[in-house]
Amino acid sequence: MATKDFCRPDPDELLRQIQEQEAHDARGRLKIFLGYAPRVGKSMRMFDEGRRRIKRGQDVVIGAIQSKGSEDIDPMIREFEVIPPLHVNGGETMNVEAILKRAPHVCLVDELARNNPPGSRNAHRWQDVEELRAHGINVVAAINLQHVLEQQDAVERITGRRAANSVPASFIHSADELVIVDVPAEELAQHGGGSSNLKPHQLSELRELALLLAAQVVEEQLQRYMDAHGIMQSWGTQERILVCITPRSSARAMLESGARATQRFHGQMLATYVKQGELSREAEETLHGNLDYARKLGAEVHVLEGADPIAVILQFAREQRITQVFIGHTQQKAWKFWTPNPVDRLIKAADGMDVRLFPHTQPA
Amino acid sequence: METRGKLKIFLGYAAGVGKTYQMLTEAHQLKEQGRDVVIGYFEPHGRKETIALTEGLETVPRKIYHHRGSTFEDMDTDAVLARHPEVAAVDEFAHTNVPGSIRLKRWQDVIVLLEAGIDVLTSLNVQHIESLNDQVWHVTGIRPRETVPDWVVQEADEVVMVDVTPRALLHRLERGVVYAPDKAQKAIENFFTESNLTALRELAMRQTAHQLEERREELRLPQAVIPGIDSPRQERILLWLTPHPATAMLIRRGRRVADYLGAPCTAVYADKEATALEPYLNFCRNLRIDARAIDCAEPPKAVAEYAREHSFTQVYVTRNAPDVGKLVNLARDMQITVVAERVRPE
Repeated sequence: MATKDFCRPDPDELLRQIQEQEAHDARGRLKIFLGYAPRVGKSMRMFDEGRRRIKRGQDVVIGAIQSKGSEDIDPMIREFEVIPPLHVNGGETMNVEAILKRAPHVCLVDELARNNPPGSRNAHRWQDVEELRAHGINVVAAINLQHVLEQQDAVERITGRRAANSVPASFIHSADELVIVDVPAEELAQHGGGSSNLKPHQLSELRELALLLAAQVVEEQLQRYMDAHGIMQSWGTQERILVCITPRSSARAMLESGARATQRFHGQMLATYVKQGELSREAEETLHGNLDYARKLGAEVHVLEGADPIAVILQFAREQRITQVFIGHTQQKAWKFWTPNPVDRLIKAADGMDVRLFPHTQPA
Repeated sequence: METRGKLKIFLGYAAGVGKTYQMLTEAHQLKEQGRDVVIGYFEPHGRKETIALTEGLETVPRKIYHHRGSTFEDMDTDAVLARHPEVAAVDEFAHTNVPGSIRLKRWQDVIVLLEAGIDVLTSLNVQHIESLNDQVWHVTGIRPRETVPDWVVQEADEVVMVDVTPRALLHRLERGVVYAPDKAQKAIENFFTESNLTALRELAMRQTAHQLEERREELRLPQAVIPGIDSPRQERILLWLTPHPATAMLIRRGRRVADYLGAPCTAVYADKEATALEPYLNFCRNLRIDARAIDCAEPPKAVAEYAREHSFTQVYVTRNAPDVGKLVNLARDMQITVVAERVRPE
């Protein structure tokens, strides 16, 4: 039984973690509301949160509002203290200095992806936010999917448009909390989506991207939490497929199957080869071809070493929180109970994982 | 002929995330738009802010059931049908009806309302989806008893994720918004741990994303193509049922994988006396898995032959089933997936 082990971290690692935690505690917390398209109501949710925090006695100010006002939001903003923007070279920017001087407990920042005018303190608004956090100010911010840099290709593929300004995904991942603002696409298309002219199926695709981005951020938070608490356990919230490659195996069929499943599950594919002595030149070539193909299909390739390949694969699969192992059927002539074959051993020891066996047929 | 009503599910990951709140907010909005809205069933849980939202909406009174000297209350489906609103808000989709009801589950009552042409708004937690049952148990140590088959959720016209962060939810618990203080403390110690909530939240996000993809597929919108692979292979999944208790887990896992791969799914039970195992066959049918029993002398051989004859691409079997080794040995020309139980170590 090895799905959960309490491992003892070494003292240096522990010290590093404590220091990291202390630095983290002094920093202001960042909470982001993520919308999948304009007008889903992310700013609304942000101001609503600000309002509730005031009710609970927190000191909240608005650091930045949308350049284009809206009927729903304007009355809400009047309930807050707003730090006026700074005018720089004919443009506007959040007044970081004034906010730092005012030193509120919480600062609300809309339009996280705005670029500041030339000559500003920072080039981008998200960098302003970093500065506020560095001074211990908590930030609640709102952003739309099309402004996340790494999502822009996908968004453009769906909508045919690309936003000019963006925030790197690493900034989104650094948030302490991320909330997805989810509204059905049909509703948005009927009511608020008129301004963007996007069709329901386009909005649906954007919505899916935003949900998956949020799921990825949450997956990382879960892993950080587990690591920090010394819990080695696979909960399989995300499907992670490990394809075991040998020079002889029908690697292509396994990899293609793995790539399809990875895509359908929005999971991750890993491929591994456990070194086994000297290979003939032909076997070497086949192996490298297979590993290259794995990379081409998006797998993370790991070459491992160890006397007992099955033990190595199992250990690796546990570390990597694998949910499905793909491996070739044994090529021994018969399954004799007095000679435990490797695949049988793998099946018996692979707790909490599916083992999918593939036939040894060379694809045409 | 009445057109079928539309079903909208507010999906959450735990009690207190705000599903019912959002459902009732939407009910008010629809009423403002001039639609005829009623509350078919509402579970107050003593939450003041949510209870306040029922004001201004017509509520169909509950039905009182008498059963063995006790009284129970539940949705009065007949009364909702007689009232025949355009939209009914029905809380707690996964609820098991009280003894004496015509139907076992509330989702079955909801289907009756939909078939009568009534649109339904409802609330559901991700842990009540049948195919996630084992995983939820694995994560939380709690096995939800009230479940909804996946196909019922898939047939919803809309699924909306109701999201709050675990931190905000824990604050709500501490402030006594979700449960009374003594119950809240117990909840925080048991189910509402940060890791549990985080994992369930991720499952809810992925479930909602999957739902959107399925919906576009039904509308036959083009799907993404993986670079490097020519044509998608159509998988066909066969589940081998055995008397081993892990078979329920196999069925759920098979259902889930088949849904994600868009693969047809069939289950067979092969034995000398193929009459046993009726509960598993019924469980399959409830999950819309075609299930049959085959009379045979050698089960592994019969399963392998059945799979070949009907061109299944994968056979699913539990690791604990007897004769797994025999099947693997007999079917090296096929893909076999051996499913291990998700054991919860303690």
